[in-house]
Formats: sequence, C-alpha cells, structure tokens
Amino acid sequence: MLHIKNLHAGVSNKEILKGIDLDVNPGEVHAIMGPNGSGKSTLASVIAGKEEFEVTEGELDFQGEDITELDPEERAHKGLFLSFQYPIEIPGVTVTNFIKTAINETRKAQGLEDMPAGEMLKKIREKADLLEIDRKFLSRSLNEGFSGGEKKRNEIFQMAMMEPKLAILDETDSGLDIDALKVVANGVNRLKSKDNAVVVITHYQRLLEYIVPDYVHVLMGGKIVKSGGKELAYKLEEKGYDWIKEELV
Amino acid sequence: MSLKDKLLSSYLAFEDHLEADSPIHDLRTDAIKQFQETGFPTKKEEAWKYTSLAKVLKPDYSIFPSPDNSIDFQQVKDYFLNDVDTYKIVFVDGVYSAFLSETTHDMVDVCLLSSALSKPKYKPVIEAYFNKVAKQESLTALNTAFAKEGAYIYIPKHKEAKKPIEIINFATGSEAALMVQPRNLVVVGENAHVQIIERHQSLSSNPVLTNSVTEIFAEKRAIVDYYKIQNDAPTASLIDSTYIAQETQSHCKVHTFSLGGDITRNNLQFIQKGERCESTLKGITILENKQHVDHNTLVHHTQPNCESHQDYKGIYADTSTGVFNGKVYVDKIAQKIDAFQQNNNILMHDKATINAKPQLEIFADDVKCSHGCTIGQLDKEALFYLRSRGIAEKEARALLMYAFANNVLESVSIPELKTRINKQIAAKIGVSLGFQI
Repeated sequence: MLHIKNLHAGVSNKEILKGIDLDVNPGEVHAIMGPNGSGKSTLASVIAGKEEFEVTEGELDFQGEDITELDPEERAHKGLFLSFQYPIEIPGVTVTNFIKTAINETRKAQGLEDMPAGEMLKKIREKADLLEIDRKFLSRSLNEGFSGGEKKRNEIFQMAMMEPKLAILDETDSGLDIDALKVVANGVNRLKSKDNAVVVITHYQRLLEYIVPDYVHVLMGGKIVKSGGKELAYKLEEKGYDWIKEELV
Repeated sequence: MSLKDKLLSSYLAFEDHLEADSPIHDLRTDAIKQFQETGFPTKKEEAWKYTSLAKVLKPDYSIFPSPDNSIDFQQVKDYFLNDVDTYKIVFVDGVYSAFLSETTHDMVDVCLLSSALSKPKYKPVIEAYFNKVAKQESLTALNTAFAKEGAYIYIPKHKEAKKPIEIINFATGSEAALMVQPRNLVVVGENAHVQIIERHQSLSSNPVLTNSVTEIFAEKRAIVDYYKIQNDAPTASLIDSTYIAQETQSHCKVHTFSLGGDITRNNLQFIQKGERCESTLKGITILENKQHVDHNTLVHHTQPNCESHQDYKGIYADTSTGVFNGKVYVDKIAQKIDAFQQNNNILMHDKATINAKPQLEIFADDVKCSHGCTIGQLDKEALFYLRSRGIAEKEARALLMYAFANNVLESVSIPELKTRINKQIAAKIGVSLGFQI
C-alpha cells in the first residue's frame, strides 16, 4: 500500500530524512518510534505532501502510484490521512461544517455527488458516538479553545468520517490522559480492517498497549535503524535509545 | 472652479432660502467660515497622511440635485433588509422619498431631520443635541453648513424602537456627478434601545461623493447597535464622520462592513462621559482592485470603570489599500479602564497595502489597555491542514479568509443582517462554500 525506498527529503538544503525504507501493507499496523528531532514528524509531513519539504531522492508510492508530485488534497482524495500532532485552530468554522466540506470536496474529486444531508448527519452522529464526543462539541469552532485531548479526539473523529486507506497518527497520544487515550485507541481499533493500514508515530510505548503494532521501527538521524515486532517497543520503553546507538557503532 | 469655491458660492445661494432666525443659523455661519479657512484636508495633515481626496474632488458635482429624481421599488428592493420588518428612512439623491420610506411617530420618532429643524415641537431636542458632539473638523463643518436632510431618530426614556431602522441613501445617476451631505441625529434616551442600519448606494457609474455626518447620543443605560454597510459602486466615494457621546452605563456598538466603493474614509469617534460605559467598534474590510478604505477611530475615556473593544479585520487584494488609525485616549481621572484594540490584516497580493497605526495616550495609572496588530498572508500551517483533509487550495484559502473575517460577525444582533453579510462576504471572496456558518 505504502512503499518508501531510499527516501531523502528536507528543507532548503538541510537534509532531514536520509534514506528511509518502509513498506506498509493492507491490514497492518506499524509504529515508528524515535527520540526528539529524529525526523518522525517530517516523515509524516512528507508523506502527506507538505510543500515546505522537498523530496530530493528515492521513491514514495501509494497504492502503486508515485505520489511525490501530488498536492496534499490529491493525496487525501486517494485515501491518505494525517492526524496532526498540533491540530490548527480555525475560529469561525464549525467542526460539522469543516467535516462536511472535507467529505464533499473529496467526493467531488472522486466524481461523486455530495453526500445526502441525512446520510451525512447519520454518519456524523455514529462516529461522534464511537469517539464519545458530545453533540454540542460538533457545533463549536474547529479546535478553538479545545483541550489537547479534545483536539486529538477530533482528529480521530475526522479520520473516522474520511475512512482513509492509510492513516498516519502523528503523536496522537501526546496531551491525552489515560481515559482519553483509551477512547481514541478504541476508535482507531474499531476502524481497523483488513483493507486499511495505520502508521502510529510516537515517543512512548504507552499508546502501543492499546493500538497493538505488527511492526515497530526505530527512526534515528533520519533513517530507520532498527525494525522488529511489538516487543521492540517494550525494550525501548525499558532501556531508552542508547543501546541502539551503541549497537550501530 | 474648484469644488471648494463651488461649495462656498453655493452656500450663498443656499443661505437665501434659510430662515435667518432658525436656531442653527449661527452654527451654519460659523461652520462655513471654518470650511473656508481650512478647506479639504490634504495628506500634509497627520490624520490624512495615507488618504488623498485629490482624485475625488475633481468631478463637477451637482450640489443641489433635482428634487424630482426618482426610482421605483423593484429597482432597489434588494438593498433593503427584506426578510425582517424595518422602519425605513430613504433618500434619493439627497431628497427624502416618502414613497420608499416607512417612518413612525408612535412612541418614538423615526423621521426626517428637515422636519426636526423646522417644527417647533422638536426645538428642545435640536437645541440640546444638534452639533453638540460633532467636532469642528473641516469636512464636518462643511456638512453642518449645508445640513438640511437626513435621519432624525429620537427614542424617549424607557422606550425601544420596535423594529430595526434602515437609513438608505440612493444616488440615481440622474446627475452627471453628485455630491450629497446627509446629516443624521440619533438621540437614545435613558434605558432606551435602538438598532440602526445605514447604507449609501449608487445605482449608476456616475461619480458620487458623500460627506455624511451622524451624531449619536446614548443617555444612561441606553443601548445602541449601529451597522454601516459600505458596499457601494466602484465610482462612489464616502466620507463618513460618526460621533457618539455616551452617558453612564450605556452600551454602544458600531459595526462597519467595508466591501465596496472607491475611496472610503470612516471617522468614528466615541466619547464616554459617564462611568461603566461600553463601546464596541468592529469592522470587516474586504477590498480589491484600487479600492481604498481608511478607518480612523478614536475612543476617549473621560470617566473611570469603562470598557472599549475594537476589532478590525481586513483582507486586501490586487492594489487595494487600507488604513487603520486607531486611537485610545484615557484621561487622568479615568482609572480602571479596560481598553482593547485589535487589528488583523491579510494581504493577498504583493501590491496590496495596509498602513496600521495604533495609538494609545494614557494619563491614568491604573488601567488595562492593550493593542495587537498583525499583517500577513494566510497561515501556511492552516492551509496545509485543510488541504490534507481533501479541501483544494482555492477553497481552503477561501475558507480561511471567510473564517478570518467572519469572527467579527458574532456580535451582530440582527440574525437576518448577519446572514446577509455572511453571504456578501462569501460572494466577495468568490466561492460558494455550500454551507451556512
């Protein structure tokens, strides 16, 4: 589904990703862990198509198609979703209106009619219930004055509405207390199927107790330096990253 | 002949028709003298540094248009707030149109300044309020000299205007070039309440210059909501001077929506004369082509424990220019003032310009005064966020601009007006968003 080979990318002559290799297949959950500044969020942004990053070398394919030249919205239309580490506040646009616009713009790009209002409403209610989101919350301005936990829950709500093929969750666990973490993880698990995939980017093993990964990758210095099963996450939690550095030497 | 000379000689002809013993005749005489001395403001004056009137003073304006110019309702019905019942005071080329208006004398007076200036029963109000808060700036003096017609609104103590009041000035295009000088007087008694919507609308591409003056008096605990819709033709220029005097615990809000016109200058001055007053000044400015809007605001706090809130948002495209010159003045005895001023601007193109100049002059030592001013492009992070959700770049930009401006609308207290401005903003930004916010 996602095929990344020897990917180099950065901003204005500063290379941040220095040769990433990663393959994600339908039905899989991957976790990418690593210390601060290792390039985790950059990788997420590059996959989603943020313009300030330039891909200088390597392959970035989604469902067999090279997406390096595609706009962020075109990638979204193909089924890519990025849950932001820091969701942006947009006063004056309600959560409901935002998600309606996002869904109908995507449908338009796919040559479909707008989703009928009744169906939209039903879906919004269903997904809000799944994430234990209060209805009142849906008529508030997008992310404005939301707590950290509300913002993240809202990201996963959007994911539930968009039904992406590949979701990248960038530090979704930061700012969440344990109850909110369980709700969010439960939401992600319920949305999981054999046809879609999830990449979880995180500092901590904590989230991975609830969203259990098939593979864990360690990103350091812009490269994936170690991959393994979920036991690798426990080892990182226990021992930190230094032992990997030593191994590499 | 320059416009100044033409106005001065026209005044002599105008004066012949006035009653010499009218209570305001002396005011006119002083005012025209003052205009004669000072003339039109130029960019040499600090308050006019960024706005030149040179271009708009050139046409050979009719000063006294024909009183017979008319329009039919179908032609202008869209300019009224159709989905809510209102009182209407309508002028066509500066002349009152009884046909298009709906005035009242039921408990409140919603009528004409010309009647108020000539009928004895209004004399006490005219003597107490007329030209009492307007400052003798040259353009206001010019208006005072020629003041003859406009809205007269008097809401007595404990009364409320049952419907919003629309004041609309149409320019028909019957004159090759038209100059009009409406003069409005609004007196809102103790504990009284009024909502007013004012607009100036040219119906042709002939040049129009409007030099409008409005005086508003809010007595104790009065509530005044005033909305200015400035979405005029590209050949119409407006100089609007609005002066508001507030007594104890009164609340006055002025919203200015500047979406059209050629050159627009808004002089908006509040003076708080009692304690615990609240003044709100909000504006949305969306300009394109060569349009120019200059917001010049002043809030003068003379008494303690008052608040003022200013929030002006501007979006400037093409080579349009904007000015925000906002001044807050706090007297020495005016302690515990909470004065807030915010001015945010987005420049869409390289050649669009905004000149922002916040000024605070504070002589009291226990006050909370703040101001914030931003000038920038649309937030790139926000744009990426929207695009990553499948919203195409053009729509994402529109949505962000819309959201940016729309925030100011929250305090609009007439829902139909809010919806209408919402739609105008969406249309101005050029996209159909397919939903109501």
